[in-house]
Amino acid sequence: MDKRKIFISPVTRIEGHANITLEMNDDGTVHDAQFHVNEFRGFEKFCEGRMYTEMPTITPRICGICPTSHTLASVKACEMIQGIKPTYTANLLRRLMHIGQNLSSHALSFFHLSAPDFLLGYDSDPAKRNIIGIAEKFPDIALRGIRLRKFGQEISERITGKKIHIMGIVPGGIAYPLTEDNRKALLDWIPEAKQTVQLGLNIIKKFHEENGEMVQSFANSPTLYLGTVGPGGEHELYDGKLRFMDEEGVILNDQVSPERYLEFIVERSVNWSYLKYPYYKSYGFDNGFYRVGPLARLNVCSRMKTPLAQDEFEKFRQMNGGRPVHGTFYYHYTRLIEALSDVEDAERILNDKEVTSLHIQHHGRWNYEEGIGSSEAPRGTLFHHYKTDETGKLINVNLLIATGQNNPSMNRSVLEVARQYVKGETIKEGMLNRVESTIRCYDPCLSCSTHAIGKMPMVIELKDRSGNLIRSIERY
Amino acid sequence: MTKKKLATIWLGGCSGCHMSLLDIDERILDVVKLADIVKSPVVDGKELPEVDIALVEGSITSDEHYKEILHIRKQAKTLIALGDCAVMTNVTGMRNYFPLKEVIDAAYVNAVSNDGQGELPNHPCLLRLNDKVVPLQEVVKVDFVIPGCPPDADTIFYVLAEFLNDRLPDLGKTKKLKYG
Ligand code: SF4
Repeated sequence: MDKRKIFISPVTRIEGHANITLEMNDDGTVHDAQFHVNEFRGFEKFCEGRMYTEMPTITPRICGICPTSHTLASVKACEMIQGIKPTYTANLLRRLMHIGQNLSSHALSFFHLSAPDFLLGYDSDPAKRNIIGIAEKFPDIALRGIRLRKFGQEISERITGKKIHIMGIVPGGIAYPLTEDNRKALLDWIPEAKQTVQLGLNIIKKFHEENGEMVQSFANSPTLYLGTVGPGGEHELYDGKLRFMDEEGVILNDQVSPERYLEFIVERSVNWSYLKYPYYKSYGFDNGFYRVGPLARLNVCSRMKTPLAQDEFEKFRQMNGGRPVHGTFYYHYTRLIEALSDVEDAERILNDKEVTSLHIQHHGRWNYEEGIGSSEAPRGTLFHHYKTDETGKLINVNLLIATGQNNPSMNRSVLEVARQYVKGETIKEGMLNRVESTIRCYDPCLSCSTHAIGKMPMVIELKDRSGNLIRSIERY
Repeated sequence: MTKKKLATIWLGGCSGCHMSLLDIDERILDVVKLADIVKSPVVDGKELPEVDIALVEGSITSDEHYKEILHIRKQAKTLIALGDCAVMTNVTGMRNYFPLKEVIDAAYVNAVSNDGQGELPNHPCLLRLNDKVVPLQEVVKVDFVIPGCPPDADTIFYVLAEFLNDRLPDLGKTKKLKYG
């Protein structure tokens, strides 16, 4: 088949961390799309030979945006190796820090990166389409967004002394208690944080109202979903069991212990990306797409744990008559519903009498050769799987990262948007922005993937079969 | 004083250094009074123009990073290595103890979750990994370093503010360095 290729490089030529190739059919329609992820650091190999207990400190360095989720998945794998469980208070503090990270990551995704499109417009001056541009026009919103992220970061700092790459999360618990002063200081933030999340919800709902058709039709192909739930099927981020759901809302597997992940998930590497393609094993590579992250978690769970988030969740559930909501744009909405639940849950934990207790660590030692841990990163479920020798040295490490699991669907969403906006040699205005905002909906774990946090500059090159340039469109 | 031009660039790192930069929180509004952020992952991307200050996170791990750091050196009056990966490769450099092929195979061939039908990433659009990861100063002259994994936000803000006010920061005096 005579296929031309369109090459989109979301980052400038000298930097090309991620880019997209569109393969064209003869009739000028888009045949296929490939989303290239251009980064690889090799944690699976270089952790070999180290002690398993080092992993909660090494693995957060996979990603500066979701380091706490890595630490927690890692320390749970270590606890399986030791055969011990953390204390009640340690669990509270870990949960609190995980909420903090989820909140700051969601605030970053919404206020810093996506709100510029909603508030200033997709077609506004690119030089201003960022948090600083918002600060000029809507100073209150920008400041609130910045402070919501700050609150999330401060939770970790007030417990472990560090905002990023937290220290002291050890098998059996945590090395530091929460002081009464710090507890009070964090509690003081709650009303403001709640208000800011509500403000975000108002912004996104207004955008939904004004752009109904676009929002609904935006990359809305059905997929399977995976998320962690509590014992009653409730929404869960820190510690629970896996639930897989099909596109109609039928629960395929429920209350699956994360240690069994290999029975349900396999992955395939492809030659066009450093990010692998995981899929739901029994459905096969072509049909086993599943998604993770806020949209998936709200699709799979039966209810939220906190009242305000539950109210919002019920509205979300109405959107597709109780069945899963597939529109990729709703990632934004579900992210904010989660943020609301985060703030409410943080308040609950901070009011728990045991939160400042000094009973923060059980002690254990190496007992078993294998450990598997998981947690819900802001972007979705992640798994750490370690095998050790009898001295505790790692002999095998496997990491399944959240964004990896959205990779097949991201690729397909890009294809759908491209099909809609690219016809013949004409690339419709808005294509670049749409492709980019599709990727942004997933809020891909940027370190593990694209390296572009903000707006992606793009170069589209329309080429004939022998690679001759027909024309190119650039946007910086 | 004319407004300065500032760029922040992310090479082979985890983005934690950029997140720590964002942890200056409201003070970002003070920074933009003194400088335009003309290129950064957190604002609109652009071709890197000539800048007064470039903050660079991460090590050099591939052909693309190598080209990029040369370009940054050409464009930046002051090049600052931001964080341990940029300064001495840190965690990103831990793969240097193994041959590159083994590092790649561990993920794409031998991982227990692989289905055995995959291919190695080798598309022309992808960057080529270098055998060894190196810190910035092995490729270009670096004017200032901010160690830490990540350096904390106060340190980053202090260094930025000094340079933006045409002073040379002295980390020894500030007691702002935190390790770990
Ligand atoms: S120095 Fe630390 S925080 Fe900075 S990029 Fe490297 S691993 Fe991440």
